[in-house]
Amino acid sequence: MNSERLKISLPGLDLKNPVMPASGCFSFGEEFSNLYDLTQLGAIMIKAATHEPRIGNPTPRVAETSSGMLNAIGLQNPGVDHIIRHELKYLESYDVPVIANVAGTAIEDYKIVADKISKAGNVKALELNISCPNVKEGGIQFGTDPDTARRLTSEVKEVSEVPVYVKLSPNVTDITAMAKSVADVADGLTMINTLVGMRLGRDGRPVISNITGGLSGPAIKPVSLNMIYQVRQHLPDIPIIGMGGVADVDDILDYISVGADAVAVGTMNFTNPYICPELIQELDERVEEMGLNHLHDIKGRAYKTLQGSGF
Amino acid sequence: MKNLMNIKSQKQIADHIYEMVLEGDITSSMKTPGQFVHVRVSDSTEHVLRRPISIADINHEQSQFTIVYRAEGAGTRKMSALRTGDSLDILSPLGNGYPLEKNEHVLIVGGGIGVPPLYELSKQLNRLGVKTTHVLGFNSKKDVFYEEKFRTLGETHVATADGSCGTEGFVTDVIGDLKDDFDLFYACGPKVMLKVLSETMDLDGYISLEERMGCGFGVCYACVCETARGDYIKLCTEGPVFRKGEIVL
Repeated sequence: MNSERLKISLPGLDLKNPVMPASGCFSFGEEFSNLYDLTQLGAIMIKAATHEPRIGNPTPRVAETSSGMLNAIGLQNPGVDHIIRHELKYLESYDVPVIANVAGTAIEDYKIVADKISKAGNVKALELNISCPNVKEGGIQFGTDPDTARRLTSEVKEVSEVPVYVKLSPNVTDITAMAKSVADVADGLTMINTLVGMRLGRDGRPVISNITGGLSGPAIKPVSLNMIYQVRQHLPDIPIIGMGGVADVDDILDYISVGADAVAVGTMNFTNPYICPELIQELDERVEEMGLNHLHDIKGRAYKTLQGSGF
Repeated sequence: MKNLMNIKSQKQIADHIYEMVLEGDITSSMKTPGQFVHVRVSDSTEHVLRRPISIADINHEQSQFTIVYRAEGAGTRKMSALRTGDSLDILSPLGNGYPLEKNEHVLIVGGGIGVPPLYELSKQLNRLGVKTTHVLGFNSKKDVFYEEKFRTLGETHVATADGSCGTEGFVTDVIGDLKDDFDLFYACGPKVMLKVLSETMDLDGYISLEERMGCGFGVCYACVCETARGDYIKLCTEGPVFRKGEIVL
């Protein structure tokens, strides 16, 4: 698939198409490379890297919910040095840009990881994970206070050799305040991360050992669409990669319609491991059927229509 | 890896327990007993996670295999409503099964919904000329299944917690009375059963574990288990079968 209709250019990222697997739902790509050619993908958002290796949370770590799932993996990963030497090395054989998800407990951790991983040749952008709800320290508290988020982003920007996207948490009162706070230091936004949730078992106790988990999947798509729509009203130009429950081509069109530039596919990679290449193919056909010169011809149509642009 | 299987038959064989026979070319890639398939219970996005279900019986001549599962939750209840001629989306075959070792006499121990993969295992061991003795544990008579099928392969004992069928008590109560010399044991069942077996029997063995799973092929890090070395490894790709002592139970 090499279609002009789907090409998107964002800071650091020349995307063949706007579809990429979301962080945490694709590991570091090797397992999926046994299923299909990874070069079909617009980009790959790899699993979060931390400075030191992390073993993650006790099990159970996942539970299904209506049209979604809860997870509390706890950022299990082999540490940034291992990831650079092995996981990113493996991906070098594929011509696909990598967006490295960077996590930590203190600003200094984020800077160490960002400094190291942004020097890997195939890492074209960072996704700053300030919104993981499943780790005790770091993660979400950076993502719920606008000033802290801004300070973290600008310090990471200083050390990163590639553009920095900030992954926003939906677990806030005012998503636009968060977005505006980081907007002039970040190169772009990815939104949204998971919503904090809980599921009980028949015994009346939480199923997930961490008690709470991050809700993802089609259940959260309406929340994400609204948040992107709202942020777009304040920040018309900032690049946004939208995510949350993308399951079919209509979902992708919805995200573009509320103003996202590209989309990431998360949970549905588990439901259908071949979903990303399938969606890329179908998206191109759909854009042609719709008679568009480019997918972005419909970008923002959700609010432009209201504003009477006549689209 | 992803395949649409044709459902040849489905029937209830015990309380909440269903046996489904599936047909498709992917059967030819199923070799090792103890592997599993990852089932999508419906085409909609209502159920986003697949259900890992072990393979109970493989019939290469007819390109058919059998799964036995418990229909307790909303997803598996949907599965149990499928009929002959319907199709089922599976990822297969996944995981590492039981190593087949050419011993004289082995003990096979199953608990509840852990029983099914042991049937294919016992079939293959018997084909190799290994004598098998089976001990199957259930809660109650209404939960018992596959007793007769195991009996065709070797000596078979049933234990029920309430004593309504076979020996009253647990599999360990039956095993304590067995006089045979076993070379090895193979087990699948609740973690507590595997723990007691591993700790009380002076015998090497292989155990198969169960855990809530996400992807089923090593991507999501949901189904990890703790090794004796103190790290977490993925049950779906490194297991579900492990040597006794390898995993902290």
